[in-house]
Amino acid sequence: MTIATKEVLPELTSKDFTSDQEVRWCPGCGDYSILKQVQTIMPELGIPKEDIVFISGIGCSSRFPYYMNTYGMHSIHGRAPAIASGLKAVRPELSIWVITGDGDSLSIGGNHLIHVLRRNFDLNILLFNNEIYGLTKGQYSPTSPRGSISKSTPLGSVDHPFNPAALALGAEGTFIARTMDRDPKHAREIILRGHHHKGTSFVEIYQNCNVFNDGAFAIFTDKSTKADHTIFLEDGKPLLFGQERNKGIILDGFKPVVVDLNEGYSQDDLWVHDEKDNIKAAILAQLFDDPRDEDAYPRPFGVFYSEVRFTYEDVFNDQIQNAIDQKGEGDLQDLINGGNTWEIK
Amino acid sequence: MSATKEAKELVKEMVILFAGDSGDGIQLTGGQFSETVGFVGADISTFPSFPAEIRAPRGTLAGVSGFQLKFGSNAIFTAGDEYDVLVVMNSAALKVNLNDLKKGGVIIVNTDGFDKKNLRLAEYIDGQNPLEDGSLDDYSLHKIDITKLTRESLKDSEMGIKDIDRSKNMFVLGYIYWMYSQTLDNTFKFLKQKFKSNPVVRDANITVLKAGYNFGETSEAFISRYEVKPAQLPKGVYRNIMGNQATAIGLVVAAKKSGLDLFYGSYPITPASDVLHFLSRYKNYGVKTFQAEDEIAAMTSVIGASYGGALAVTASSGPGIALKTEAMGLGMILELPMVIINVQRGGPSTGLPTKTEQSDLFQAIMGRNGETPIPVVAAYSPASCFNTIFQATKIAIEYMTPVIFLSDGYIANGAEPWLIPDLNEFPKIRTKFVKQATNGQNGPYLPYKRDKNLVRRWAIPGMKGFEHRIGGLEKQDETGNISYDPENHQHMIEIRAAKVEKIADDIPEQTIDSGPESGELLILGWGSTFGSIKTAVKEMHNEGVNVSHTHLVYLNPFPKNLGKILKSFNRVLVPELNMGQLRQLIRAKYLVDAQGLNKVKGLPLTVKEIKDKVKTIIG
Ligand SMILES: Cc1ncc(C[n+]2csc(CCOP(=O)(O)OP(=O)(O)O)c2C)c(N)n1
Ligand code: SF4
Ligand SMILES: [Mg+2]
Repeated sequence: MTIATKEVLPELTSKDFTSDQEVRWCPGCGDYSILKQVQTIMPELGIPKEDIVFISGIGCSSRFPYYMNTYGMHSIHGRAPAIASGLKAVRPELSIWVITGDGDSLSIGGNHLIHVLRRNFDLNILLFNNEIYGLTKGQYSPTSPRGSISKSTPLGSVDHPFNPAALALGAEGTFIARTMDRDPKHAREIILRGHHHKGTSFVEIYQNCNVFNDGAFAIFTDKSTKADHTIFLEDGKPLLFGQERNKGIILDGFKPVVVDLNEGYSQDDLWVHDEKDNIKAAILAQLFDDPRDEDAYPRPFGVFYSEVRFTYEDVFNDQIQNAIDQKGEGDLQDLINGGNTWEIK
Repeated sequence: MSATKEAKELVKEMVILFAGDSGDGIQLTGGQFSETVGFVGADISTFPSFPAEIRAPRGTLAGVSGFQLKFGSNAIFTAGDEYDVLVVMNSAALKVNLNDLKKGGVIIVNTDGFDKKNLRLAEYIDGQNPLEDGSLDDYSLHKIDITKLTRESLKDSEMGIKDIDRSKNMFVLGYIYWMYSQTLDNTFKFLKQKFKSNPVVRDANITVLKAGYNFGETSEAFISRYEVKPAQLPKGVYRNIMGNQATAIGLVVAAKKSGLDLFYGSYPITPASDVLHFLSRYKNYGVKTFQAEDEIAAMTSVIGASYGGALAVTASSGPGIALKTEAMGLGMILELPMVIINVQRGGPSTGLPTKTEQSDLFQAIMGRNGETPIPVVAAYSPASCFNTIFQATKIAIEYMTPVIFLSDGYIANGAEPWLIPDLNEFPKIRTKFVKQATNGQNGPYLPYKRDKNLVRRWAIPGMKGFEHRIGGLEKQDETGNISYDPENHQHMIEIRAAKVEKIADDIPEQTIDSGPESGELLILGWGSTFGSIKTAVKEMHNEGVNVSHTHLVYLNPFPKNLGKILKSFNRVLVPELNMGQLRQLIRAKYLVDAQGLNKVKGLPLTVKEIKDKVKTIIG
């Protein structure tokens, strides 16, 4: 196998990352924005196109690789994390991106998702969560809120949904973040952070399916409600939110409490976000109320947790190198001879 | 079989079964004995059988473990239908195995395993003891209190009684060595290596081994001693090899011959796990083994590794192969090289995990959605796994396709001497990578443009200028872009099938293994039935019966001349450990009225079953 030696990187633009395929999502779909943000940040990675691979499962979101002018594979439903694992194991130098939907990664592919997170391959997972099965035309998904009316649940869904951030934390993920299609700047920032994380980065992106689940995240994304229902996490900064930036969260023991800065609290009293603290990250992940509830906590966006832990492929390949260092490169004749041979003359 | 111990009877071949509780060290005893007789040049074939449960209760019928060995100065192809000698460590082992002991055969029993408790566990009716009630009068019964003699020989040892009892198997081994006029040297060497760091146990085992041998020398038992002359095996250096081991080694060799890194993604399952165990020890050969979270992940990790340019391989057994099915379809439509190993076991569902069967042939050839042709090859003996997996790998890489390699529990765990091949005689495997230099000169890279063999070119991430997207949706010819065009779909289905068919131009023509090139009856086999068919045919030839035998390694596509061979015989018999899967394929494809000999008992075919069947056909 030969790989061309790399020359000095030419200046690339987002255009260089746009394939010649016509984008086929419904007009107005949130996927367009995410595609655009990813194409926009690609040149910033400083990685040659040929070293970037997008791997997806099946779903509307999973059409994504066809639109990227990099290497890519549109695979089968739910299995992209496992395909990416095999690729990363043999080609650790590649920048690998897994594109998946809420059904793809949390229903049929749930097993692969939790295992890739615990193994911590250095990959980036972008989970397009639209709380619906888009491609199959509108059945509820494992993230649809209880009671969701969908094609398959005319009387409302019965299932209690997953909380993806909590699930990823529980699966020993080392980088867990949330962003949204309607906040391009934030999305670009978080996706870039995910890329720079060494280990599996898990980025949940709220994505509007305007055909089958329009407005599912409107309360978090609409100008009029966003400020009061979201809280944007920044490492080392107090948990501050609200239209007037006058609300914050303090920790009373293990319990987060929303306080009003006009009523006797100062910014110094607030919980200061620490991305390295996995206990506090777990509490943050639990801020997952139905936003329509009166006392609902604001929904966090940003990086919940980021930890440096050995990656699978590093140790995997080290073991091989160490074995070669210790025993010398294996000799084929020794291998086929095994321990005991005899000769017939 | 009654001679004094002074006389040695020269025998051509012998079948021994060592049987006892799974904690009795039966596999080790059998393994050592086969190695020793192998060293002196006898041909051998072995067949271990394990209880289904890991820790079946001691002394019970379910807990019996066995190691069957046939060895001799003749060429040996099976572990034998019936035993000449049955060595049993307890009552359960006798009960389970007596049926297949030859009339008049030798039974060596450990009398300690026939106390009240053991008899009850073996479900003998109250008060019945086969050693006392005359029910074994047709056999030559030798009762030895092995437990007592083992303890006596170690009476000065500092070891506890439990540990002492664990070396009982060495007493048996020593005694059998005496019986077959073998030396103890090989086992001495083995024990010294195995217990390097534990001299007390090492010495105890050596003492008991010698005690067993000396017991043969000094006891007054009237038991025959035998001598087996070396077999007329071709010249060269030999080793013993098990099927799964040969498979693992073959993969490493194929990786080297193709210049690719070996990636092996797998999820444990009996009887395929040993391939993973072997490969995981070959790290200094650059082998990458990945224990995935399930078979779907194993298969898809293999697709990822193959996409990245590795020689990617997975193995499983029936239930796990079922889980891989969808991803195999993806591998096929992507046209990436990969090998899927199915070490078959008894089915359906979880079936008989520790037993052998050939009932996944349909699954291999047809078991996928859509028109999804995948080449299929099958090994036919433990040692043949080496060549066959090499060929499977070569086809996968040179034709850019998944290939299924079939083995089964009998081959996987069975062992035989293997004439170690000259690696220089193995061809280079030619990868289909795009040539970097041609990039751009012939227009953009078309991932599904094909050569004259209909094989596409392989561009892997990292290759500049060849960025492309592939996927499981139907592709436009050449470009690989998504296409729903009806004509294109028909064309792509046909061209993928034609590519697999073309492999027939590359594989060896089918030959007759033994017997005339045409005539009354052809026995057509595949897989692990080889040894039994070969032995049966040999015996029938000696008896003047006119039959021929041919054995298929390539099951999809079939060798080009197979139809011609089939039509050169008046009748065709297809013995299989399934209900007639190859037979149906043959009948459908060649319109020959093939008959079947079908058995699904979790056991190999016996020579007798084949001969009996032939008699009913040609009288
Ligand atoms: C094995 C298998 N089962 C079912 C399907 C049908 N299917 C395709 S996409 C999909 C759900 C996709 O939902 P999601 O992952 O949320 O992606 P979205 O379309 O919403 O982006 C289903 C059920 C399939 N393609 N493969
Ligand atoms: S169905 Fe929904 S998710 Fe799919 S493309 Fe249309 S809008 Fe987007
Ligand atoms: Mg969805």
